Amino acid sequence: MNVFSFLLDAENWAGPSGIWVRIGQHVFYSVASVLLAALVAIPLGVLIGHTRRGDAVVSGLSNAARAVPTLGLLVLVVTLMGSGYLPVVLALAVLAVPPVLVNTAAGFRGADPGAVHAGRALGMTGWQLVRQVELPLAVPLVVSGLRSASLQVVATATVAALAAAGGLGRFVVDGQNLGPGGYPQMFAGAVLVALLAVLVDLGLGGLGWALQRRTGRISREDRDHLATLQPGTA
Amino acid sequence: MDLDWIARNLADGQDIVGLLGLHLVLALTPVVAALVISLPLGYAVSRTRAVAGPLLALFGVVYSVPSLALFVALPLVLGTRILDPLNIVVALTIYTVALLVRSVVDGFRGVPAQTRQAAQAMGMGPLRRVLTVELPLAMPVVFAGLRVVTVSNIALVSVGAVIGLGALGELFDLGLRQGFYTPIVVGIVLIVALALLFDGLILLVQRLCLPWSRGAAA
Repeated sequence: MNVFSFLLDAENWAGPSGIWVRIGQHVFYSVASVLLAALVAIPLGVLIGHTRRGDAVVSGLSNAARAVPTLGLLVLVVTLMGSGYLPVVLALAVLAVPPVLVNTAAGFRGADPGAVHAGRALGMTGWQLVRQVELPLAVPLVVSGLRSASLQVVATATVAALAAAGGLGRFVVDGQNLGPGGYPQMFAGAVLVALLAVLVDLGLGGLGWALQRRTGRISREDRDHLATLQPGTA
Repeated sequence: MDLDWIARNLADGQDIVGLLGLHLVLALTPVVAALVISLPLGYAVSRTRAVAGPLLALFGVVYSVPSLALFVALPLVLGTRILDPLNIVVALTIYTVALLVRSVVDGFRGVPAQTRQAAQAMGMGPLRRVLTVELPLAMPVVFAGLRVVTVSNIALVSVGAVIGLGALGELFDLGLRQGFYTPIVVGIVLIVALALLFDGLILLVQRLCLPWSRGAAA
């Protein structure tokens, strides 16, 4: 049995339940739920990080989030709300909130206190500090939170197939139901979702790296600039 | 909540208790196996700077592969049946190693150079220095990693339910098929409770075995 037979058959790529459509559904679930989670988690994380309050809540949440079985949460939401796009996206968004929240809060809280104090001394308001000082410093960590959340969601969206939803997990579940002959189909689902996850990881990882480099370069330029202002150097 | 269902499944078939035991075996065997693999591997990596970067990056990519994909693809490599519990154990061992090696490397790199040199100056051989000086100082970081992987393994085992083998995760499948949420809630509660229990146990072991690590990063 050639395990790649399902992937290599052009017929399996087209049509309303073909590979392209399943990839589209998977990406739709993932993007929608990460965006929804970001909409909630980023403002909350900014608030917690900026005010430096509620740390215990954040660290407790990040520990508890790791212990919650993603499949269980998804299945519970679908059982209570019925299947369809909305419950799946909602359940995935709930899973995506903790990593974004924790990293955003850490980024804003960890912003260089020297820079924050300097901004305050210049008479910046709280909002100006958030926008112009803390945000640029926190962006790499916020992206890293979005990266963890996206990975979590891409992986869990596979499991959504068990709840009669679409996405790449469909191939795994449908293949499983076909018995031993369905293995190429299961394998196709596994390979595609692994590829998608690795692409997302490398993409957002690269973005984070580029942003980190940019902040690094700015601070290096500033240092050089400051160095020229010192008496006796240059 | 249907409390009768819980009582029935605890008393008669002992389903829940059986699944609980299986869940622990599937989640904790990989932790033990990965610890045995990661300690020497992590030490070796921490001593070779050139290899460390690419290897840790590779482990990062491995860690990003969804567990379900690994559960499905492993039978091909191992020659096992799709429902063999070995697939779950091997898959989780791979994840655990990918995460623990990083902790071990961080732990050994955190040992102050002066301490290592002092041990050397006192005439300790390399083996004795690693085992009695560097390892005890690296262990607090390793324990922090151990807590993370144990908690996430206990949660991850349940994903196996999608391919018909998920220990307590099978309660999710059952609840979903019957549109009945009691087993789902029971599964979630038990998994979270197990995770917290083992997190606490590891912390306790750390406090007892490594009294010098009190207050170290968690």
